[in-house]
Amino acid sequence: MPTLASEKKTTRPSARPGRPAPELIFGDLWEFDPAPETADPKLKARYELFINGEFVAPKSGKYFDSVNPANEQKLAEIALASAADVDAAYQAAKAAYDNVWSKLPGRERAKYLFRIARLLQDRAREFAVAETLDGGKPIKESRDFDVPMAAAHFFYHAGWADKLDYVAPGRRVAPLGVVGQVIPWNFPLLMLAWKLAPALAMGNTVVLKPAETTSITCLKLAEILQDAGLPPGVVNFVTGAGEVGAAVMNHPIPAKIAFTGSTEVGKIIMRSLAGTDKKMTMELGGKAANIVFDDAPLDQAVEGIVNGIFFNQGHVCCAGSRLLVHEPVAKEVLAKLKNRIKVLRVGDPIDKNTDIGAINSKEQLGKITSLVASGVKEGAEMFQPACKLPTKGFYFRPTIFSGVSMSHRVAREEIFGPVLSILTFRTVDEAIEKANNTAYGLSAGVWTDKGSRILKMSTELKAGVVWANTYNKFDPTSPFGGYKESGFGREGGRQGLLDYCKLV
Amino acid sequence: MSRLPITKTPKVYVGGAFIRSESARVFPLKDAAGNFFANIPQCTRKDLRNAVEAAAKAGPGWAKRTAYNRGQIIYRLGEMIEARAGEMAEAIALGGASKVAAAKEVAATVDRLIYYAGWADKYEQLLGNVNPVAAPYFNFTVTEPMGIIGVLAPEQAPLLALVSLFAPAITSGNTVVALASTSQPYPAILLGEMLATSDLPGGVVNLLTGYRKEMVPTFATHTHLRALVGAANADERKALALGAADSVKRLHLVKTEELPDWYADSAQSLEAVRSTLEFKTTWHPIGA
Repeated sequence: MPTLASEKKTTRPSARPGRPAPELIFGDLWEFDPAPETADPKLKARYELFINGEFVAPKSGKYFDSVNPANEQKLAEIALASAADVDAAYQAAKAAYDNVWSKLPGRERAKYLFRIARLLQDRAREFAVAETLDGGKPIKESRDFDVPMAAAHFFYHAGWADKLDYVAPGRRVAPLGVVGQVIPWNFPLLMLAWKLAPALAMGNTVVLKPAETTSITCLKLAEILQDAGLPPGVVNFVTGAGEVGAAVMNHPIPAKIAFTGSTEVGKIIMRSLAGTDKKMTMELGGKAANIVFDDAPLDQAVEGIVNGIFFNQGHVCCAGSRLLVHEPVAKEVLAKLKNRIKVLRVGDPIDKNTDIGAINSKEQLGKITSLVASGVKEGAEMFQPACKLPTKGFYFRPTIFSGVSMSHRVAREEIFGPVLSILTFRTVDEAIEKANNTAYGLSAGVWTDKGSRILKMSTELKAGVVWANTYNKFDPTSPFGGYKESGFGREGGRQGLLDYCKLV
Repeated sequence: MSRLPITKTPKVYVGGAFIRSESARVFPLKDAAGNFFANIPQCTRKDLRNAVEAAAKAGPGWAKRTAYNRGQIIYRLGEMIEARAGEMAEAIALGGASKVAAAKEVAATVDRLIYYAGWADKYEQLLGNVNPVAAPYFNFTVTEPMGIIGVLAPEQAPLLALVSLFAPAITSGNTVVALASTSQPYPAILLGEMLATSDLPGGVVNLLTGYRKEMVPTFATHTHLRALVGAANADERKALALGAADSVKRLHLVKTEELPDWYADSAQSLEAVRSTLEFKTTWHPIGA
């Protein structure tokens, strides 16, 4: 019969001081069969512009291809809007605002938004497949995150439409009028929901341009808007690249411009709007610090680090792209991270087992590749797992740089890909200093078991969102947006509504 | 027998000290009757940058004061102005205002400070909140001061407008670099003396005098000014917006063509406090 003393002698992985836990190499032991999601995305061969409640051909008669970044095959062709189409969209939005939408009581506007949320939930799987085919993100993310979260945003904001007297204490609010919105390709449907739902709840009408590589779910949502009976012109979609975006920004009708995208483009837009009275919301880039202290639950932190940087192939403005590790645990965290990313499955996004899907476009793949090359050239130590990549399509291995210093480009510039830069720190003050030493200020992560330290870090970090012992969490009730050059304005929550109204 | 009075050399209040412009330049100020009154510092871009440095040093300490303490200090500033109301009214009357109008402006200014003093420990309860996220997290949104705020005061209401613009910013813990009315700078000079005796730490409010044309471009482009509030004409608004784009600076400008009634209740608001705040959202897991 074992005594207490003999029990103590039993060694477990967690009780081996100074030695890492034994490595589990799943790759050699498990072979995954392909598990593609087979729901029909119900794609059309050709997508038209959505103006005044109708699908209309572009005046130029021109179309461009939307390709699946996972295999470079054409999915559909998309209408290329011209300035004349953008003008038609704004005229429709203005007429809808003047004649219909501004006259509807809030409770009626609410019902349309509730309907949109419900219809999107009905077709969630179809939308998830379309999103993954068009953008390259893993189906498990579009299925479990993008689409349900988009529906949740409509549902949340719907309920605000008849409660706007509670948005700004002591003041009445009024809609701004027509709003112009331009969104990026990393969360096509979700960004659309973030933009549309608060604007409509507040009583504005909208002209929106999706990113040129990811227009399909936007135009599929137009079908839902029709099914919901949304009055024509309340929402209009124009598709195309940068010049269409410029036409949306610089048209005289919109009272407000809302943009999500890179800081570089955000600054160009701010300059182009200088001298106008247009209000703006800018949700721009980031270079978030994810800070791990030595008392953090390290296995949990490693999961959070992986989620922070490899979620959506790192195409996330708030990605935890700078890992700051407390020196005493730096070696251990790096070893655990390497083990963890060895078992990430990179490949076909439509496969339900895929962790990291396709890079959104050839152009973005080129940008990531060149920044990673700069990291190697500047002397950081690179680690990539030896995973097989599909022969066709745009893919990039999850990449970790250790030995990074603050001056390295990979520590300063937004890579927008699955690339993590690791720096170390010794004291709390050094962590704060390094975390804040950037022009960006969108988000940050803190991993520690100490509650008071979390609150101190949250207070000191110059970032709009701070995740403590978690990362990349989002919710319609939770305001999201940046400090400094990560932009201004918030999306979500009561605070997000403030950016779509004027006080009267 | 008459005695020749001692006149005061006007100095601007920067970093808690009374200074002349680093350029040693001045411009003459005349009273309403056209008689020479004093030479006012003609501050430069360099003075502005120095003032921003002073504001940066004072910032963290001021933001860390308790809301209760900030409220008391702003109230104290009101006390300091009230105690020297007559002198301040004379400074305003220099610009041509009647004695009655000048006294009214001083009184309204003190009242405005008392209004914001009261907000210091309340705005957070109205602007921030807990968010009911659909997951096991405690999620809350609080406000934080943006940092250093540039203030461009309009020409008219040289005291009331200036204070109406900077008071909401310091209420929440921001620090301020302000350019006073060019044509009526003397109330701002005198205000500096009251700031100095108000318990407000040096560098929290920095007041400059000089020409807008010289200063506006640097207000527009200085990266460390996180927001600009104030009055500007069409050309200035465009220049400020272009400069603001370089560092994604926040702008809250009113048009000099359609200035608000600074005496009205609508010239003071919770929204004025909010305009120089950032919202920060923190997620924290709920679990054992």
